[in-house]
Amino acid sequence: MSMPLIFEKSKPGRKAYSLPELDVPKNESPDLLPDWAIRKQNASLPEISEVDLVRHYTELSRRNFGVDQGFYPLGSCTMKYNPKVNEDVAALSGFNNIHPYQPEELVQGALQLMYEFGRDLCEISGMHEASLQPAAGAHGELTGLMLIRAYHESRGEGKKRTKVIVPDSAHGTNPASAAFCGYRVVEVKSDEQGGVNLDSLREVISDDVAALMLTNPNTLGLFDENVTEIAEIVHNAGGLLYYDGANMNAIVGVVRPGDMGFDVLHYNVHKTFSTPHGGGGPGCGAIAVKKILAPFLPVPVVDKQGDLYTLNYDRPQSIGMVKGFYGNFNVMVKGFAYIRSLGAEGLRRVAETAVLNANYIMRRLEKYYNLPYDRHCKHEFVIDASRQLQYGVHTNDIAKALLDLGFHAPTVYFPLIVREAMMIEPTETESKETLDAFIEAMIEIAQLAETSPEKLQTAPHNTVVGRLDDVTAARRPILRWTPPEE
Amino acid sequence: MNYVPHTSEDRSEMLKTIGVSSIDELFSDVPSQVKLDRKLNLPPAMSEFQLMKYMSDLAGKNTTTDRMVSFLGAGVYDHYVPSVVKHIISRSEFYTSYTPYQAEVSQGMLQSIFEYQTLMCELTAMDISNASLYDGATAITEAAMMASRLTRKQEVIISQAVHPDYRRTLRTYAHNLELNVTEVPFKDGSTDIKAIRDLVSDSTACVILQSPNFFGCIENMALAAEAAHEKKALFVACVDPISLGIIAPPGEYGADIAVGEAQGLGIPMGFGGPHLGFMTCRKEHMRQMPGRVAGETHDNQGRRGYLLTLQAREQHIRRDRATSNICSNQALCALAATVYLSWLGKQGIKEVAEQCVAKAHYACEKLSEIPGFERKHSAPFFKEFAVKTPVNPEKLCKGLLEASILGGLPLGRFYSGLSDSMLVAVTEKRTKGEIDALCRALEGLV
Repeated sequence: MSMPLIFEKSKPGRKAYSLPELDVPKNESPDLLPDWAIRKQNASLPEISEVDLVRHYTELSRRNFGVDQGFYPLGSCTMKYNPKVNEDVAALSGFNNIHPYQPEELVQGALQLMYEFGRDLCEISGMHEASLQPAAGAHGELTGLMLIRAYHESRGEGKKRTKVIVPDSAHGTNPASAAFCGYRVVEVKSDEQGGVNLDSLREVISDDVAALMLTNPNTLGLFDENVTEIAEIVHNAGGLLYYDGANMNAIVGVVRPGDMGFDVLHYNVHKTFSTPHGGGGPGCGAIAVKKILAPFLPVPVVDKQGDLYTLNYDRPQSIGMVKGFYGNFNVMVKGFAYIRSLGAEGLRRVAETAVLNANYIMRRLEKYYNLPYDRHCKHEFVIDASRQLQYGVHTNDIAKALLDLGFHAPTVYFPLIVREAMMIEPTETESKETLDAFIEAMIEIAQLAETSPEKLQTAPHNTVVGRLDDVTAARRPILRWTPPEE
Repeated sequence: MNYVPHTSEDRSEMLKTIGVSSIDELFSDVPSQVKLDRKLNLPPAMSEFQLMKYMSDLAGKNTTTDRMVSFLGAGVYDHYVPSVVKHIISRSEFYTSYTPYQAEVSQGMLQSIFEYQTLMCELTAMDISNASLYDGATAITEAAMMASRLTRKQEVIISQAVHPDYRRTLRTYAHNLELNVTEVPFKDGSTDIKAIRDLVSDSTACVILQSPNFFGCIENMALAAEAAHEKKALFVACVDPISLGIIAPPGEYGADIAVGEAQGLGIPMGFGGPHLGFMTCRKEHMRQMPGRVAGETHDNQGRRGYLLTLQAREQHIRRDRATSNICSNQALCALAATVYLSWLGKQGIKEVAEQCVAKAHYACEKLSEIPGFERKHSAPFFKEFAVKTPVNPEKLCKGLLEASILGGLPLGRFYSGLSDSMLVAVTEKRTKGEIDALCRALEGLV
């Protein structure tokens, strides 16, 4: 059944809010707010009682699937368990009821947390300085590229270096971020092993290249064994290396981007360090850099002078700011709490178990689904629906059938270089029993594809709505509610 | 702590299925010369109890507005956050989900985004809203880039009375895209409209004003919009959504794009983030809008449902030709705003706005009665105003802390010409008693 919108439950005169009686004399002078400054027509916000408001959003929450509801193998998104204690510490008043412009002496705890979190992020990545300002992964990418640009400009090569190289398997944000940094994007092909094709790279590399962006392991979940050669090729041409940290969960504590030769990376704190994804944000896209890029970091940078933590705006070569204030602080609190609760060994166990889980599913599913790259994977892997296509069953059908069986679907139709791709990332927090149940579901679907494909093609059947018409939605967009005509 | 559920038995069974003898073998593709040959140098792991203590100690080193009466605003405001907001956004079905790619199991988030979009359109009196942007600073920046795409022009005019962080963020982005940013001066706290007319030209993509502006002054947005439109430039209005309870919304004065910071809508100050950037625009500009958008549709049985739509604009489809690189946004903050606005309703949003106006004007009047204090500007204002002080405002703020009052922002920090003034914010949370106490404390300091 369709669920009414909050506006459809509105009744004139109802209210949930309460405000104190106005205790100051009201100045009725018409000069206070002149006519031109006054709103002509009231905003039609819903009028609803508090209990109905709570029931409405509680009901909506029941129509939503999160990690707490079940297995969420959405590739490249690292949907791991979000520890409850981190929610509790982040809810402390001392982290919430503070103003960003309060005098530094009154926010020493917040600044210390940011300072130590930045140091931890440098150690984990093998870098030298960090900025916590970017709000999300893509924002971190853009910021990192801005630093690279500033670096080249400082050497008088800003105009010359106009290109950024991105593998064809890259996350969509990589080319988009490069374009928003004013760069032309050059794509390099992947080789048969799923890595960067070195010949293809050598062809496009020249002194007009500003940087290469790489995810390692890449979006196929495969570690590029040629990473040091790639770094050498790019560095020899005067370019820098950008590490897309979306897949850090595969390598944390095992190998560090800084040691692989990268000059800058962003973290998705909401992936690797378990902060909840919030239905699509807020995240934290902290970046860490090698010394050569440090002078260009956004301001302010948190410094420590003696026992005092300060916000340093005096960085003459800084690119400036990439958002207001200091970043998504509350997300940092949770990420920091996570790192400190796991410690070095715990973090390494994260990567090891994430990789174990992914390989386990991959090996058990390869009999039923096509595995385009047959190597050990890292934290995720890609299979495709090419075997099911002969029965008219597509990846999207498999994804929707999984919803019926109580699982979230993998990332689908990505990476673009694999037709009918399904990208599966189990994460380390899932038990063998959960993985086995998912595997059984995938096997059942593979069998259904042969015996009754129509059941998959019309899935999902058990969800609150059936398969939604996205074509009409895009062609005739309805993007807000409007009251029915009288 | 350890959130890994595997027993050693699980591990060996799984390794056996994979056909390797150790987990290390799964990492054999990592070149040994780059592998980390030591443990990460991090402090030892903590138990839950130790962590709680450690984090509480850190939190305790911050002095919160629980213990101080705050008159500090400058883009982040101490509005009341009702209990319902915290309870709804703490539903883990919401907060542990991700971007609703699988619409059929994400109807809760999608419908609430659709409701959010409707609320923001209503408040701003615009046609279309996206699902959120990072914050006010990046929202202004995205609006400038969007205007440049729509007009195919590279010149951006922005008032110096726009929040300094927003302008700084815009300049950072603009540098890389060869957008030319020109700043318009202000006179008596309001943007010089004549100067806009002089600056705007056929190569202007947009004119950006904030109202209430950084000094709290309500700008004459209609005149600024007219000046922009005369040269076919777009007009971008940056507004405080709380003010829209009574102040004219962007749709009523001809704005093409409305943006702003919606932290005031049920989101804690939180040391500057996460907050909530919003953007609404006119229908004809829909396909150049950045960010996620939820749309209404129907399922295969004709039932109403919601999904992410207009995705052909986005990075995961369009890659380097996308309308923005944004992927994760501020979804949970948008949910907070949705619940907050529904809690306030039609009457509540007006009443909050009216209380802000009444209390801010009472404070301004009382402050002006102190010898040596007077309001710096003359334009109408909403909840914030600059006051000229007889003593260095930095010094006054230090003194106010003794009385557990977090004073306003000394404006010299951002405007050297205003180093004699302090920016004072008064929300609906402030009481007459607190405002009177501020005045008494200041009297004692001069």
